[in-house]
Amino acid sequence: MPATMSETYFNEMFEGGGVRPPYQGLEAWARDMPVDLRGMKQHEAEQLFRRIGITFAVYGEGGSPDRLIPFDMFPRVFAAQEWARLERGIKQRAMALNAFLADVYNRGEIVRAGRIPAHLVYQNDAYEVAVCGFTPPGGVFSHIVGIDLVRTGPDQFYVLEDNCRTPSGVSYMLENREIMMRMFPQLFRENRIAPVETYPGLLKRTLGSVAPKKCEGEPRVVILTPGHFNSAYYEHSFLADMMGVELVEGQDLFVEGDFVWMKTTEGPKRVDVIYRRLDDPFIDPICFRPDSMLGIAGLMNVYRSGGVSIASAPGAGVADDKAIYTYVPDMVRFYLGEEPILENVPTWQCAKPDECKYVLENLAELVVKEVHGSGGYGMLVGPRATKGEVELFAAKIREAPENYIAQPTLALSTCPTFVEEGVAPRHVDLRPYCLVGRDVNLVPGGLTRVALKEGSLVVNSSQGGGVKDTWVMAQ
Amino acid sequence: MLSRTAENLYWTARYIERAETNARLLEVGARNALLPDTSGGNRNEWESVLLASGTKSAFDAKYGDAVERNVETHLFFDRDNPSSVASCLSAARENGRIVRTALTTQVWEALNSAFAEVGDIARQERSSLSTTDLIEWTLKTTALIRGAGLATQLRNDGYDFTNIGHFLERADSTARLLDVKYFVLLPDVGFVGSGLDNYQWRTILRAMNASRAFNWVYGGDVTASKIVDFLVLNRQAPRSLVSSADGALHHIERLARAYGRETEAQTKARALVARLDRIGTEEIFDIGLHQFLRSVIGEVSDLGLAVHATYLSGESR
Repeated sequence: MPATMSETYFNEMFEGGGVRPPYQGLEAWARDMPVDLRGMKQHEAEQLFRRIGITFAVYGEGGSPDRLIPFDMFPRVFAAQEWARLERGIKQRAMALNAFLADVYNRGEIVRAGRIPAHLVYQNDAYEVAVCGFTPPGGVFSHIVGIDLVRTGPDQFYVLEDNCRTPSGVSYMLENREIMMRMFPQLFRENRIAPVETYPGLLKRTLGSVAPKKCEGEPRVVILTPGHFNSAYYEHSFLADMMGVELVEGQDLFVEGDFVWMKTTEGPKRVDVIYRRLDDPFIDPICFRPDSMLGIAGLMNVYRSGGVSIASAPGAGVADDKAIYTYVPDMVRFYLGEEPILENVPTWQCAKPDECKYVLENLAELVVKEVHGSGGYGMLVGPRATKGEVELFAAKIREAPENYIAQPTLALSTCPTFVEEGVAPRHVDLRPYCLVGRDVNLVPGGLTRVALKEGSLVVNSSQGGGVKDTWVMAQ
Repeated sequence: MLSRTAENLYWTARYIERAETNARLLEVGARNALLPDTSGGNRNEWESVLLASGTKSAFDAKYGDAVERNVETHLFFDRDNPSSVASCLSAARENGRIVRTALTTQVWEALNSAFAEVGDIARQERSSLSTTDLIEWTLKTTALIRGAGLATQLRNDGYDFTNIGHFLERADSTARLLDVKYFVLLPDVGFVGSGLDNYQWRTILRAMNASRAFNWVYGGDVTASKIVDFLVLNRQAPRSLVSSADGALHHIERLARAYGRETEAQTKARALVARLDRIGTEEIFDIGLHQFLRSVIGEVSDLGLAVHATYLSGESR
């Protein structure tokens, strides 16, 4: 069982009165930084973010779409050995998830073997019949796998959830590093920190490696965005710029003959790989939602006949569903014949009467999430909730138990963070971005999100969370 | 490049230039209001400013009286007027934001600050803002954005689309500013060049920051014929119709070379320049200044449509 709320939190920097090795280079830096310099640097960082234009819009909150996500200057650090193990675990999980997808859209061996209940797969909303019987190039369905991890002790990491569709936030990983290097070059001279700037190049290579069979010559890769009103538009344009590929909207593409074409000032140009940042229902109005203005009519026909590759493949979402999550360790054993390196958080399915009963009896100690929710909306953190809130939530669960899962409230590790009074521990999580093409790659780093409110365990940016630069010490 | 990207760049430029035109129209109206008229009062030529901006009916519906404060609100602040300075700068910035990565940091920052500042100005007490402040701020701001582009943008096809936008909008703007004169004098040809209207011709020159340049080039009296020569046919005048048409043609030819393809846009641009090369001031007055200007505005608009169909729509094969 993982450490829970009743126990003490693992502090990633301080342990037993001493400083843990990966953080040793930061102790004097933080201690000796004058308060006014800190204020100046914090201000400078904000100016830089604003100038670069990294802002995000929070859905459903109204207000300015040009809000800044708070940046904390205190880095989060992993030792080389710690990372080596994490890396093995992340790659293992990303490969198992892809093997699962290739399987359930073909023979479904894992279902036949009775390891996963059929209805969870085939009646899942994210399961796309349009992909059945089709195997994309390299057998890869999910090319960018974001795995959300939390830590509860020196060697205890748990996977909170998988993101197999289009995980966002990688631009923060890259920009946080740029800004830290610009503001504190000395830190980077004194510490050996593995670079993350190879990500855009690796992403481009990964996408190029899954070009369709009919592609001739150098594959033309594009990023498909829903448009500039989308809250992640900055990230889409940033990645396109860093990769040197076109950022397109649905209206820029059309299908003619067996291919997808892009409208340019010199006439149509063929497109080989589409990295779409658009949800399944919107990509092709003929195949999916007929009212979608964002997609490309006929795209799925071209896809299925091998004229274009789509990353991630439509239907990849069935692997990151919260109901499927429980079975990922079994996927690792079933497809790879290995023991999973990363553990799941024990999860109770409210859809099962026994488990639902347990959840309702212990609601005050548990975290409850909606099966299809995201972004930290519609969740209950039992130990932080009032009695009234708990009762209200209990009623919601009784009404539609199949919509909820519950997990123990994990004792998330803390990382030192700059606060009003100086430096104080705040809870963090981690999202690394694993790239799957003909090879599997992981840059040493990821996005660390931090709950800036004292005691808070919710790190989502929509709920007052911030971000940190994430360091992996070089070997 | 993507057709949509080219379109966003083209429109960013057009909106910048259009914001500037509005400031110059305000200048014409405000200056004229300071001059005595022949009947013992002061001139009110705001109506002609509105006609020239092409937004008179929208103005009438919303405001009624064409007095200075209303026209200033309409041409500078009003977000309901799609060609007010505030609307143009927002639209320019929005177009720029979409193609953010095709712009240099300097251009983006100039655009972004213009957008922020126009919001700040709108929040200030109106009595603390003079018309002159608004005009000067707009001219300075648009010059900064264009200058940043000139100094830092890559000279690729995107640069050509930006400049085509600038030059087409500028040709349109100069033709409209000149056309104010037509509305001032009403269509009575007898008045044209009669010497009565020297004040107003001077005002037009001032609005184009061309008053002193005019003196350098022509000297002597300000006559309608010299001014039309200067603002329509003289290649030394940076905002003349022929200079604007030359500019557009230059960038359209560059595209044809870069893409290795001649299109309708080249044909139309060449025809426009050739027409302006052939014609003289006398002939313009024979046709009627207003009629001539309307036909140029029409040709410029046609050329804009050809650029759109050829490059920006993504429909050409």
